[in-house]
Amino acid sequence: MSLATGGHPSTDRTAIRTENLCRHYRMGEAVIRAVDGISIQIPSGEFVALLGTSGSGKSSLLNLIAGLDRPTSGAVVVHGNNLASFSRQELAKHRLRTVGMVFQSFNLIPSMTLLENVELPMRFAEVERSQREPLAQQALDRVGLAARLRHRPTELSGGEQQRAALARALINQPQLLLADEPTGNLDSHTGTEIMNFIREFNQSLGMTVVMVTHERALAERYAQRMIFLADGKLANESAVAP
Amino acid sequence: MKTYDVAELAVRNLRESLLRNSLTTVGISVGVASLVAMLSLGIGLQQLAGRRLQKSGLFDTVVVTSRRDLRNFSREQDDSGPSPAESPALDETARQKIERLPSVLEAYPDIRFVAELRFADKPHLTTIAGLPFSSKNNDAFDGMQGSFFSSETAAEMIVQKSFAEQLLGRITKPGADEPGVAELAKPLLGQMVTIRYPERTASPAQKDSNDASGYSVVSREQTVKIVGVCDLDPDSMRGAARARVFLPLKLAEGMHVMQPSDLRDTSNIIGGAPTYTTVQVRVKSPANVPSVEDTIKKMGFNTFSIVDATHSLRQFFAVLDLFLGIFGSLALAVASIGIINTLVMAILERRREIGIMKAIGASDVDVKGLFFAEAGAMGIFGGFAGVALGWTIGRIINIGTNIYLKRQHFPPEQIWFVPWWLVLGAIGFSIGVSLLSGLYPASRAARLDPVQALRYE
Repeated sequence: MSLATGGHPSTDRTAIRTENLCRHYRMGEAVIRAVDGISIQIPSGEFVALLGTSGSGKSSLLNLIAGLDRPTSGAVVVHGNNLASFSRQELAKHRLRTVGMVFQSFNLIPSMTLLENVELPMRFAEVERSQREPLAQQALDRVGLAARLRHRPTELSGGEQQRAALARALINQPQLLLADEPTGNLDSHTGTEIMNFIREFNQSLGMTVVMVTHERALAERYAQRMIFLADGKLANESAVAP
Repeated sequence: MKTYDVAELAVRNLRESLLRNSLTTVGISVGVASLVAMLSLGIGLQQLAGRRLQKSGLFDTVVVTSRRDLRNFSREQDDSGPSPAESPALDETARQKIERLPSVLEAYPDIRFVAELRFADKPHLTTIAGLPFSSKNNDAFDGMQGSFFSSETAAEMIVQKSFAEQLLGRITKPGADEPGVAELAKPLLGQMVTIRYPERTASPAQKDSNDASGYSVVSREQTVKIVGVCDLDPDSMRGAARARVFLPLKLAEGMHVMQPSDLRDTSNIIGGAPTYTTVQVRVKSPANVPSVEDTIKKMGFNTFSIVDATHSLRQFFAVLDLFLGIFGSLALAVASIGIINTLVMAILERRREIGIMKAIGASDVDVKGLFFAEAGAMGIFGGFAGVALGWTIGRIINIGTNIYLKRQHFPPEQIWFVPWWLVLGAIGFSIGVSLLSGLYPASRAARLDPVQALRYE
């Protein structure tokens, strides 16, 4: 499972490393190069923002790091494991144990209460029933939703839903938090609230955060480094001044 | 994911689309109900036929004759056991030996003779037979007017309907309605009849020896009371030799009526005790007949039974049950298409949900197990409901049939029976068919690409 390919030397502190990573789609006769030869390295505990215009390949790159998609070629190495060589079962385990994901549209299951939504990853992780509820309550309490445990997502505001999604993403204590436009559907005040939570998790838990956004200001305020993508290629990288 | 989590999530998902899933489950339950109703009727009819045959005494009886007798029930030469010259006599000792065989309930001699009966100063010639007390349960006596013999030696007789007509001088014209048994029994029950018969008595020379070759024949009379008139013919198996008047077997034996075998005894150079023409052997169940027949044949006697007919009957019901089961299963097959449709619809509706589950760590096995469990849960609910529905349908058919039988003046019958194995089998079959139907939707859900599924609105 572990593979360290050539190119950039990886260190023990490297959380994510991609090497000449490609993800091409065929659409009729045309080949869409969503990710086209990207090589990046993200150390553990770093907060990185992926920026670019729509269709630049930000979300596709995030999906490859999350193990939701497979590369056409190249390598995506997360904590020493090349996801390209993983089986479907191993990728599912990677998504369960290593990665926590937050989406623009929250992606909570509408038929479940917040508590059940946050418990769901623990069911897949086969956590004992007796431990699940207290852990989920604790996670929701941490994002300020202790009073909303039995509410369904449709009964909550966007900000509350995204906070619940954050609680769910962190419930299995992943090493990576991948956020795909986490404030895209929120007003600026709520967006700031969510970003503060993400920064807190990054700083207090030492989690590596990769956030996709097209808001440069947001990236500059919260991220330590910005990676710019254009047409599926790495366009620029810049560190953010502390 | 743990089994109870899979089950819990499956039930929760089923509740979310309650109407559609309920309708699918109703479809399964109708399929199971049709299967249960059909098979329970088949089994009920088989049991009814079995009970009737058991009560008729035809299928649990082995008729035994001596090999020394010229008559042989089997057309083919039976090579098993000793030759006719070496075969034993069918006498009281042999009867007792046969009665002690395993699975044999009783062995009794067939006492049958032609005698003159005097009733209302008129003579009537007919065949009389002795009946063992165990014949009380014979279905020929169902609906009998009067009662069965009060004891094994009571001076009582039961007459068959046609002979009752003869005693009363009633002649039914062809095409006319036959008189009812109750109508015939009314003037006859309690009346006394005198039987005049030939008694075999020991000759003076025989009295001091065990030699049966010499005897005297004396005309005797026995007065008996008519206690019953029966409609059906308890001796129908006998064909032309069937009796129309019946006495308790012990009484008939005690009368020492001269039997056809007695005449043969006069030419018996070896001599010995009196022998029986035929001994009837009643076994515990028709299944015991072949083994008992074999044992008796090895003892040196000829045997006859109509057990082959039960094989044909079983074969007939096996085929009937098979066809009823196939027809019943057709409804379940249609219901299984309903399950596939429901689950495929659920995949389309829950495409995004599947994507979310995969994104947060659900494996293909988890997703497949979830849809599989939903199909299984519908099978379980449908199976239980179907068994209850099938049971109710069978019961209604049974009640309806009995109302009809009652109107036709027939006794009520249990034509429907749901054995426990059918209950378990139907539920198991329902679950099996449901799981099979869930195979395709479950693997389709498991194969969903999470990126595509998350984009789905």
